[in-house]
Amino acid sequence: MDLTATTTVRKSASQVYAFWRELENLPTFMAHLEQVRATGDRTSHWVASAPFGKDVAWDAEITDEVPGERIGWRSTGDADVPNAGTVSFVPAPDGVSTEVYVALVYDIPGGSLGKAVAKYFGEEPHQQLDDDLRRFKQVLETGEVVRSDGAPWGKRARKEFPQRPAQPLSDAELTKGAEA
Amino acid sequence: MRANTWAGRNKVEVRDVPDPKILNSRDAIVRITSTAICGSDLHLVDGYVPTMQDGDVMGHEFMGEVVEVGSGVTADKLRAGDRVVVPFPIACGACAACAAELYSCCENTNPNAGIAEKMFGHPVAGIFGYSHLTGGFAGGQAQYARVPFADVGPLKIESDLTDEQVLFLSDILPTGYMGAEMCDIRPSDVVAVWGAGPVGQFAMDSARVLGAAKVIAIDKEPYRLRMAEEAGHIPINFDDADVRSKLLELTGGRGPDKCIDAVGLEATHGSAHIAAYDRVKQAVRSETERPHALRQAILSCRSGGVVSVIGVYGGLLDKFPAGAWMNRSLTLRTGQCHVQRYMKPLLERIERGEIDSTRIITHTLPLDEAERGFDLFKNKQDNCEKVVLKP
Ligand SMILES: NC(=O)c1ccc[n+]([C@@H]2O[C@H](COP(=O)([O-])OP(=O)(O)OC[C@H]3O[C@@H](n4cnc5c(N)ncnc54)[C@H](O)[C@@H]3O)[C@@H](O)[C@H]2O)c1
Ligand SMILES: [Zn+2]
Ligand SMILES: [Zn+2]
Repeated sequence: MDLTATTTVRKSASQVYAFWRELENLPTFMAHLEQVRATGDRTSHWVASAPFGKDVAWDAEITDEVPGERIGWRSTGDADVPNAGTVSFVPAPDGVSTEVYVALVYDIPGGSLGKAVAKYFGEEPHQQLDDDLRRFKQVLETGEVVRSDGAPWGKRARKEFPQRPAQPLSDAELTKGAEA
Repeated sequence: MRANTWAGRNKVEVRDVPDPKILNSRDAIVRITSTAICGSDLHLVDGYVPTMQDGDVMGHEFMGEVVEVGSGVTADKLRAGDRVVVPFPIACGACAACAAELYSCCENTNPNAGIAEKMFGHPVAGIFGYSHLTGGFAGGQAQYARVPFADVGPLKIESDLTDEQVLFLSDILPTGYMGAEMCDIRPSDVVAVWGAGPVGQFAMDSARVLGAAKVIAIDKEPYRLRMAEEAGHIPINFDDADVRSKLLELTGGRGPDKCIDAVGLEATHGSAHIAAYDRVKQAVRSETERPHALRQAILSCRSGGVVSVIGVYGGLLDKFPAGAWMNRSLTLRTGQCHVQRYMKPLLERIERGEIDSTRIITHTLPLDEAERGFDLFKNKQDNCEKVVLKP
């Protein structure tokens, strides 16, 4: 499965690149990621969250990198869902902003895991990535993912539809947090 | 706390709901001292704007006292004790739209941007108490509200102006003003305003402040037209007169140079067969709007003129007079108001006495009587023009 998405962020290419290159930042805006941990200069360990059916973990390495312009990576070893991606950062015509182009490739396996992954991405898989990039832009431009009473749990917003009412959360809801 | 909530189509209900809490670091919690009912709330209650849910707290026109700020709000921006008016569009202040002062199109404040994008092609900003399409934010017809990006939007009131004098800076005064501003008014201009509701009244006053030669008010409610007339504008009652002929008569046959639609998608029409056409279309959902005022504004406007639309539309409309628009070089301008852009300058106009924003208030009720307030306002009972609620 190939996915592409793009957004424009009102920051310089070097700032936007630097934020992405800090791979630990990815789970703050990518809905399916639980954790990414750098294990070396170009290697990292990724954990995807429960919506994937079960926790899925894999190692990845950066295969291509031009600071301020481009990062390419791919999973290594025997990942359950082999995947690869590139992100490029292109100065926008306004002279202030940066266009961000993301391309992801998932090699979806057969069996129950494949089904779970397909179900997770749903009928419009690119939407997941569109929403990820929307949050990426939010975090870079405003500092965090915006929450509302209807969608209080940040990166789970789309999964929450139909939403809880636009009404303040009770203490119990707040303590409990998002359903996994 | 007590809050007025959406309780299904055509029904609001004041209920007990939890107090709001800080959810993002740049939030503030405001204790509301005054809030109002808007024509936009009617579209939500009537069910014309989709994605309302049972229990949604309504209201987007409110002011009050800051009681708490998040860790990301610095004291030079806002602190507990400050008295503020809160603009209805939630804007981040950092995106390209905000940089261009297009606050109601802020790219970052709508957590449901994906859904809004499906409907509108591109997403729009979050708005308080205004459906899940614009974010699912609890509104301000309540005792307290959570205000995101509190370091960007709220206007501090440091003088001793009353709530009534400044409350409408949250929406309808800037909206009416933007409606007039989009007309690029010149001293020779005749400006016609469809709708003598609160927004229309402020569009009329603003057109005069911006130098229009003559301002015409079109509605069918005699008491609203009387209110416009008392403020110095010329009334036309569309129930008694053919609007286009009347406009020609008042402009030496030219038609108004600038036209403002302050009615929106629930316009009523004097002509039964046209009204019936739109009702049927609306009922089967192949048209979501009843755009009588907009059609009439386009047909009436002088060639080369501007039709400025501040009445709200939510979906699709039929029989758009594209021929009149195109062949007569009309300019169509519109938008949810970019309130943040106008708050300070309009506050100064209020302080200088150039605009009396209190003149439209006809009812002040306790919050617990919100349901009655909606009823009075919607059904034009008891000469109701604008309802202010006191939590
Ligand atoms: N653009 C914005 O940011 C913004 C902000 C606030 C309100 N609004 C919109 O402005 C509009 C007016 O708001 P309001 O609070 O004054 O509401 P309102 O309902 O009190 O006023 C509408 C008026 O239009 C009159 N009307 C109905 N059909 C008409 C017709 N065919 N011709 C002339 N007049 C007609 C009604 O009698 C009524 O007096 C609403 O659509 C509201 O949603 C837009
Ligand atoms: Zn309003
Ligand atoms: Zn913004």
